[in-house]
Amino acid sequence: MSSRSVNSENPAARPGWERTRREVVRNAVGVGVAVGAYGLSFGALATTSGLSIAQACALSVLTFTGGSQFALVGVIGAGGSPVAGIVSALLLGIRNMLYGLRLSPMLRVTGGRRLVAAHLVLDESTAMAVAQDEDRAARLGFWATGLAVFVCWNLATLIGAAGATALGDPQALGLDAAVGAAFLALLWPRLTGRGPWITALVAGAVALALTPHFPAGVPVLVAGLVAVTVGLRIPEPRS
Amino acid sequence: MTLWIAVLVTSLGSYLLKLAGLSVPERLLDSPRMQRIAALLPVALLAALTAVQVWASGQTLALDARVAAFGFAVVALVLRAPFLVVVIGSAAVAAAVRAIG
Repeated sequence: MSSRSVNSENPAARPGWERTRREVVRNAVGVGVAVGAYGLSFGALATTSGLSIAQACALSVLTFTGGSQFALVGVIGAGGSPVAGIVSALLLGIRNMLYGLRLSPMLRVTGGRRLVAAHLVLDESTAMAVAQDEDRAARLGFWATGLAVFVCWNLATLIGAAGATALGDPQALGLDAAVGAAFLALLWPRLTGRGPWITALVAGAVALALTPHFPAGVPVLVAGLVAVTVGLRIPEPRS
Repeated sequence: MTLWIAVLVTSLGSYLLKLAGLSVPERLLDSPRMQRIAALLPVALLAALTAVQVWASGQTLALDARVAAFGFAVVALVLRAPFLVVVIGSAAVAAAVRAIG
């Protein structure tokens, strides 16, 4: 999702700020539109899981971090308790905190701007910011991507939620089965080696083994923590 | 009402996590171990959520149309299909299996 411009054809003509600016904004809009696809799915799956259209939209406006939103509606849709859903969502949100650590020296925001910037800390805005060569471009990448994703994500959530509600019976449409596919699609790009693969397989196996014995939602949390503990013991390949 | 509370608590918690990252001194959390936990936690939770969505039905394990949908999703992802194709295609596969069965 990130892009870096390398002016290889003509090294003498260094691209000016204007050119960098246009490219960063264009990429930001592209990322926003791409994220809209996730927003459509989120809106549709949220209402399928029992949320109202207003609740689905409120989640997208206020929580505004896709993985956590999918986790909350996934756990609730599977019959889990809201508390288990909230804890799963917040555990997934921990990565945003680490993104913030990475971003804060580039953004150098204080006061009210920091309060606004915090809401836009996401996978996408972080990836676009850290891909830039200079801080000025990184700041533009962060803000432009954050805002583009915010607009597209929320519009798409509304369309997806209203559309799925209008279409009717989610079971007949197979929408409940699409939740697992959505989680798998979010997981897929993170399976980048032995450690993540083993962690994922352990998590899936433990979650299923615990399912008959605990209320819905709890197996996901316990499996997640067990798998991370196992994953940390797998030596990382030296690059 | 409970759902609204869950929506608001999740939102507040998510926001505070984001704000904490921008506010605390970098050295406090930026250890290699913390980085690995942050990378593995989404993998573990998303895998557990996937497994439960495909094979669990409340507190029982079940083999139904969702497994066919999951199979489609795996093939689509291996073929690098875009997100919407994966999700809509899986729904269509499940709907087709249910219509036949």
